[in-house]
Amino acid sequence: MVLRLIERTAVLLASLAVSSVLVFAFMAILPGDPARVALGVNASDEAVAELRRQFGLDRPLTTQYFEWLGGLVRGDFGTSYVSKAAIGPQIFDRFQVTLWLVVAGMVVALVVAAPAGTVMAARHRKVSGLALSAVSQLGVAVPAFLAGILLIMVFAVKLGWLPANGWTPPAQDPAMFLKQLVMPALSLGLVQGAVLTRYVRSAVLEVLREDYLRTARAKGLRPFPALWRHGVRNAAVPVVTVLGLQLATLLIGAVVVERVFVIPGLGSLLLDGVSNRDLLLVQDVVMVLVIAVLLVNFLVDLLYVALDPRLRVGSR
Amino acid sequence: MSDVLSVRGLTVTVRDKTLVSDVDLTVGPGERVGLIGESGSGKSLTALSVLGLLPEDVVAAGSVQLTGVDHELIGADERRMSRVRGRHLAMVFQEPMTALNPTMRVGDQIAEAMLIHRTVPGRRAARAAAVELLGRVQLPRETMRAYPHQLSGGQRQRIVLALALANDPALLICDEPTTALDVTVQALVLDLIVKGVVARSSALLFITHDLAVVATVCERVLVMYGGRVVESGPVEEVFTRPRHRYTEGLLAASDLETNERRLTTIPGNVPPAGQFPSGCVFRNRCRHATDVCSTAPSWTGTASTGFACHHPAEVTTHA
Repeated sequence: MVLRLIERTAVLLASLAVSSVLVFAFMAILPGDPARVALGVNASDEAVAELRRQFGLDRPLTTQYFEWLGGLVRGDFGTSYVSKAAIGPQIFDRFQVTLWLVVAGMVVALVVAAPAGTVMAARHRKVSGLALSAVSQLGVAVPAFLAGILLIMVFAVKLGWLPANGWTPPAQDPAMFLKQLVMPALSLGLVQGAVLTRYVRSAVLEVLREDYLRTARAKGLRPFPALWRHGVRNAAVPVVTVLGLQLATLLIGAVVVERVFVIPGLGSLLLDGVSNRDLLLVQDVVMVLVIAVLLVNFLVDLLYVALDPRLRVGSR
Repeated sequence: MSDVLSVRGLTVTVRDKTLVSDVDLTVGPGERVGLIGESGSGKSLTALSVLGLLPEDVVAAGSVQLTGVDHELIGADERRMSRVRGRHLAMVFQEPMTALNPTMRVGDQIAEAMLIHRTVPGRRAARAAAVELLGRVQLPRETMRAYPHQLSGGQRQRIVLALALANDPALLICDEPTTALDVTVQALVLDLIVKGVVARSSALLFITHDLAVVATVCERVLVMYGGRVVESGPVEEVFTRPRHRYTEGLLAASDLETNERRLTTIPGNVPPAGQFPSGCVFRNRCRHATDVCSTAPSWTGTASTGFACHHPAEVTTHA
């Protein structure tokens, strides 16, 4: 267990190091000079050179990299080349918004996928299972932004039940917060739920064929209780893997969905950064997204151990 | 006394194929009956039909009655069958390595067998009973907290046996319980099975292809081939004076008796399911087969002792 923790932590640190180099290098090779962009095309070469010195862009790339990395470790994300404002607080505020979205989307996905996938597996030869299969197939094919637009058309424009867009912090007005969260969460979560359903289905189908499920039935458990008591934990292992991977997709989906629903999250910050040529801001946001995905997959790895005692080496 | 298990005219089919046809089988109170035959002879399907746990698409017809259960087992719904399984009727499967839930402590898995049928007052009593059951299969109390992967195949099969016997079932079915085990632990597991059923006066239906095991465990034996019972009778009778030519071949192919003769094989292979010949199912592998064998042989003898063969072995030649 301890060995696995050390091993996983090492993998996490290594991936963080490699991805930080990649993110930095990618931004560095992009054409265009941030100082020139910040000052406009008509600025004099002297002014540009002066600004480059201010930003530290005149130093070697390796120095810049370690400076940036050191800042990240201390929680200092630097100062925007464009707005001259500190980036850290912006990211922190926006991250909370995106976190709500992603968590809500994940909850929707799980609430859809767990029962639907299980029913599809249990009735895989029956009409009800095949019908669910067709619906989930359809769900997989719908992109999140399209789902969002469709939801807005039906629930905001036609029925007028929910606000079409906007964001209210939960502390300010919990009721409004929930109303505004429903549609973005659905448009993010339903699509992921459709994908996850197929993994739940195959995981449950696999478990249904296991000998220990037959043993459970032979003990006198009826099919559903047998699956519940003996199948869920075993089926959870592959599903958790997919869930971890889906988080990356959810974060990317959030970028688009935030735009559709006019939500001030990390995604809109990223898009704003891109359109303003605010390179350091973009670099920081991308890095934060990468860190979030890597951390979640690290936690998923630890979750395996909690789920499957066979991975607890030397536990007796 | 009436029989513990009474199977009448059991037929198992999958789509258009018949896998088991017209099997009659009885097990008396406390009796230990062996069911032998090569793989594909329909032994396991017969057992799963009794338990009502046939795979999807596989359908059983006929009649299965169990003492203490006032309804027909074939075609009974899940609600009724779940009350029978694990309570009146229990089963030990062939593969101990995969028969237990890998994510649950074995103590909980044994205790669960009693909690499902409420044969103990509560969780604490169930755990105490589980420790007791572990003792009966010669496993220490610490085993309660172990996960299956921490135990050997033999230990796991003893756990499966302990949970099968947890509710003192009227009938225990064992399907090749020692086939997957090392020779060194086979004898121990067999001994524990016999002791377990004797202590509870449970009846035993023991499925195996190992004639030596049947000889040590069982009192009566049924020989299956091609989804039919081809011969039955007391173990001593059938093993020393086989009448059906298939039984004769099976005995010659095993080293049950210390003959100087070399072991002989039965020519050919067991045909795939549903492709057995019409009439006598054994006729395409039988040296004694004649034209008459294309009609199904009728049963000769009593319900519990007899055979179905047109050209039975002479009693004197093997006596």
